[in-house]
Amino acid sequence: MNAFLETFFKPNLIAQYWPDILKGIVVTIEIAFAVVVCGLLLGLLLAVLRSFRITPINALIVVFVDMFRALPPLVIVLIVYFGLPNVGISIPSFAVLWLVLTLVLAAFAEEIFWAGILSVPKGQWDAGRSTGFAYLGTLAWIVLPQAIRLTVPPITNRTVAITKNTALGMVIGVPEILSQATSAQSFSGNATPLMLGALAYVILFIPVVALGRFLETRFAWRRS
Amino acid sequence: MDALIQQFFNLDIMSRALPLVLHGLWQTVVLCLIVIPLGLAGGLLFALVSLSRSRAIRYVMIVAIDFFRAVPPLVLLIFVYSGLPFAGIRLSPLTAVALAFFLNTSSYYGEIYRAGIESVGRGQWDAARSTGLNAFHTLASVILPQAVRNVLPDLVSNTVEVVKLTSIASVVALPELLYSADMARSITFNASPIVLAAAIYLVMLWPVVRLISRLERRIAS
Repeated sequence: MNAFLETFFKPNLIAQYWPDILKGIVVTIEIAFAVVVCGLLLGLLLAVLRSFRITPINALIVVFVDMFRALPPLVIVLIVYFGLPNVGISIPSFAVLWLVLTLVLAAFAEEIFWAGILSVPKGQWDAGRSTGFAYLGTLAWIVLPQAIRLTVPPITNRTVAITKNTALGMVIGVPEILSQATSAQSFSGNATPLMLGALAYVILFIPVVALGRFLETRFAWRRS
Repeated sequence: MDALIQQFFNLDIMSRALPLVLHGLWQTVVLCLIVIPLGLAGGLLFALVSLSRSRAIRYVMIVAIDFFRAVPPLVLLIFVYSGLPFAGIRLSPLTAVALAFFLNTSSYYGEIYRAGIESVGRGQWDAARSTGLNAFHTLASVILPQAVRNVLPDLVSNTVEVVKLTSIASVVALPELLYSADMARSITFNASPIVLAAAIYLVMLWPVVRLISRLERRIAS
């Protein structure tokens, strides 16, 4: 037991490294927040654009969505991070991580929002239009509120899963929690910083995972 | 434009990297054949335990599943691979990946199975038991087939996520597809080998992603 504490919860190392982990937490939260806001907005925008049913635009959206759903995020991160500087575009590593995760979240979110829009019965559209709403008015006031309500649980779960990918920042040197924890681990030769990092993720993400679970039982997605 | 093609779609470099990348692909396939069945079996186990009659066991399972869903898989993998050796447990990259993936993917598959099992009406249990089937047969021949059919899109979609996730094994130097491609990149100073790997992932997963969209739409309508 003592050996276990010495390896994973060594008090002086906790005292020494928790400020680094805290810095990592701030970076993780900043990137996660930017990814969630931009990814969901872009996804919603694409779903709305898709509802106009302009064939060439929809084809482009589907290709974009499928590509970012089929490719592992780490592969895209490496292509952008190592490829762009060689063609003269250099963007900082945190921006690479933000950009890639935003696009991945937008792709998944578009697909979910689109399924939500399709699930609203046609009669709702007709009723909206017949009361004098224009197309966009019907979409914004009648269809989207119903569509988005249906999509809350899957969107929450997907957003959490993609936001957790901020840990991939370690591979390209973004100073988020995992980077801080692994470099502290190699300095200290002890697993305590890594344990701190893992705990930081648990503290950050357990509430949202639990929220997803609650929402799933609350607005059951398929069993209506 | 030319620089862009040279940097990302350099066919000469791609063809030189191809043998290495294909070897990596083979490793990725082997890895998938290990972690997907493990996850599917572990998930079923997690689901059955979390449907236990004992409230204490149910709560313990919920906490465990949410814990492994809250920790990013890369954190779990690094913890298993480079944290456990400090406690005297030294695992090979493959074992570390298998263990970390087992904990992570079983939790996700477990939640899917559980939703599936809960979607099968209680009456099905009673009817099956009253025809003389024992609990095991009821589960295996009556409940699970319906449960799996109800959540098939989620199971397939999670499997795609698992295949994509195998790319993080590159971080612990398991020579799978992304690791091999990234090695070729670091030798050639050119991103084309990773683009080649991306193309291989696309060829493998794009049809499945399309299939998921269709399955989901069929169930929604």
